[in-house]
Amino acid sequence: MTSQTKQTEMLSGAAMVIRALADEGVEYLYGYPGGAVLHIYDALFQQTKVKHVLVRHEQAATHMADAYARATGKAGAVLVTSGPGATNAVTGIATAYMDSIPMVVLTGQVMSHLIGDDAFQETDMLGISRPICKHNMSVRRPEDIPAIIKKAFYIAQSGRPGPVVIDIPKDMTIPSQTFPYLYPSEVKLRSYQPKLKGHSGQIKKAITALLAAKKPILYAGGGVIMGGASAELTELAQLLNLPVTNTLMGLGCYPASDKQFIGMLGMHGSYEANQTMHHADLILAVGARFDDRVTNNTKKFCPDATIIHIDIDPASISKTINAHIPIVGLVQPVLSEMLELLQQKKKKPDSAALKKWWQQIDEWRAVHGGRYDNAAPQLKPQYVIEQVSKITKGNAFVCSDVGQHQMFAAQYYGFNKPNRWINSGGLGTMGFGLPAAMGVKLNFPDADVVCVTGEGSIQMNIQELSTCKQYGLAVKIINLNNGYLGMVKQWQDMNYESRYASSYMDSLPDFVKLAEAYGHVGIRVTEPEQLIPALERAFALKDQLVFLDIHIDPKEHVYPMQIPGGAMNEMFLSKTERT
Amino acid sequence: MRHIISVLLENESGALARLVGLFAQRGYNIDSLTVAATEDATLSRLTLVTHGNDQVIEQITKQLHKLIEVVKLTDLNDSPHLERELMLIKVKASGAQRDEVKRCADIFRGQIIDVTASTYTVQLVGTSDKLDAFIQALAGTPILEVVRSGVSGIARGEKTLAL
Ligand SMILES: Cc1ncc(C[n+]2csc(CCOP(=O)(O)OP(=O)(O)O)c2C)c(N)n1
Ligand SMILES: [Mg+2]
Repeated sequence: MTSQTKQTEMLSGAAMVIRALADEGVEYLYGYPGGAVLHIYDALFQQTKVKHVLVRHEQAATHMADAYARATGKAGAVLVTSGPGATNAVTGIATAYMDSIPMVVLTGQVMSHLIGDDAFQETDMLGISRPICKHNMSVRRPEDIPAIIKKAFYIAQSGRPGPVVIDIPKDMTIPSQTFPYLYPSEVKLRSYQPKLKGHSGQIKKAITALLAAKKPILYAGGGVIMGGASAELTELAQLLNLPVTNTLMGLGCYPASDKQFIGMLGMHGSYEANQTMHHADLILAVGARFDDRVTNNTKKFCPDATIIHIDIDPASISKTINAHIPIVGLVQPVLSEMLELLQQKKKKPDSAALKKWWQQIDEWRAVHGGRYDNAAPQLKPQYVIEQVSKITKGNAFVCSDVGQHQMFAAQYYGFNKPNRWINSGGLGTMGFGLPAAMGVKLNFPDADVVCVTGEGSIQMNIQELSTCKQYGLAVKIINLNNGYLGMVKQWQDMNYESRYASSYMDSLPDFVKLAEAYGHVGIRVTEPEQLIPALERAFALKDQLVFLDIHIDPKEHVYPMQIPGGAMNEMFLSKTERT
Repeated sequence: MRHIISVLLENESGALARLVGLFAQRGYNIDSLTVAATEDATLSRLTLVTHGNDQVIEQITKQLHKLIEVVKLTDLNDSPHLERELMLIKVKASGAQRDEVKRCADIFRGQIIDVTASTYTVQLVGTSDKLDAFIQALAGTPILEVVRSGVSGIARGEKTLAL
């Protein structure tokens, strides 16, 4: 390093946008051009650091960036034009917001002097995105661009993460107008200082409660994954011999193959997880938010439990369920502090009580244990997922769409590592799966990346097969084709006497031909014995996208399923059994 | 229960919309809202009157805190405080009513700030209860228009909400 100070560079607003992204370490920018962002695209074209990925629909750009963040913990970046480009990105922004995923979305805007005139391709993107993003800002002076982008990444990635939208009027990016460029090394905001460490007194209280518990459970959510605290969580669970359950968002933060893992909890949680939670005398909730898909009827929720709740967002604590020992802070340092305290104390949990508790849990395990009826003739979706897990050794990135197939993937894949299960939990966005898989594959070219989808969901962003061809994204699409909007059908079976109002998918395309038309490989599987050879062929084709159209039993339901209005542990276990 | 929440907000465009939007989005009540810049032009001061049970109020303050532009806030109910509201009220005032309105305004320490042959406009400052009481005391006098500012509040004593 020389001590010589560099002369400040003069850059246009457009060049500053791209340069700031490069300085922020952004490798890929997902987007789609249009009038309001043409200056920025021209600046992109004139450099090589930031690579642009041209999607076929802006929604896909947001999901790609989102999935990159889910897999790496770092914010993804998106660039779209004003008006329809921006509104097409809305679903993706909301998806990221609901799951607390860091993302920075740059939206073009009409020239400043036209704002408010209903100009061509003008929409109030700040107004539209306000309730679905962590923060949004607009650029009013080109020279502010570096500071605004720095601030956006800081806000997106710190505290409880989330998407940040920056609206950029076209006149902020005029190529001929240049300004001094300096990318700030840090941001300080007087109005935003997220808490990092937890309150030590509260942490001590939590340890005391944990050591005294006779029927404890560890309930861990997506916050553990985004907070990079899986290792600490696993260590703590093993030190205290706690049964561990995960939310849909938390899968992988504790190894599914470990004997202390009792499965996902909630609406489609395992019998043993929901029973254990219901009867617990102590719940250690980490990076989870007692969502309504977990608690079922809050009035009947876990009547005997003392609740310790660790979360970075104070507003998530005691929102739906009152916490007795709240701890606000990043999960990683809080769990580390707990581990340290436990090691200092050298106290052991009540092993006699835990032994009894585990006996009870094992009895619950024997009741249902994820069983399903695998009788021929038709392929069962659960079996397909088990086979996908087997062939990928449980190590693939599994990106899911939304529906029954999503629940089967969550229940039967068995995630042993964090950041590998990538799905839209909060918003439940059909169409998420394929772009998500693309975002992961682009950044992890050597990994197995699977998109588990249904014939309904895949058609919501099927145009991205073209993007896959352009960038050589060899994802494996597992289309669990039941010919129905299966999850809708399941509710109609259970609550509407099987009146299938618009849940049957007529006129489906020939997915094999469709895949081929886009230049990929398509394989149809209609008989059980075709499955394993087809999977073997698909995963052997390392450099090809393979679309596996797998025809499954359309009558299958997802079980267990909590009974609406009931307690955690009130469930349907099959079409004919309930608790 | 009624709560008065004071907020220091970055005086930036969009900040107020975000705050008001939060109330609409999450179904919280706003009974009144006053806002203006402070002696430091980069900061706005808001007084927000809302109501709800303890859990709702706790959520409101937490969700407000989460807004990036909210610098500081306090629930004035937590300690002794002062609250004032301004009302401009235009009433029909002819014949015997003219004296009656004047007397009533005097009792409440209001001022008549505009006069026509048939109307009075009264300015009154006080707690919201006092303004309500004045309106009630005018029973029988036709009210033409009521304009209330909403509550402004401040803590008593040395306690301040400042940077
Ligand atoms: C964009 C969007 N529209 C509607 C829904 C409601 N919805 C949830 S699951 C589902 C059916 C999904 O069908 P498919 O992709 O075939 O999956 P399956 O349930 O059959 O496995 C629907 C319509 C949704 N989640 N997202
Ligand atoms: Mg289907």
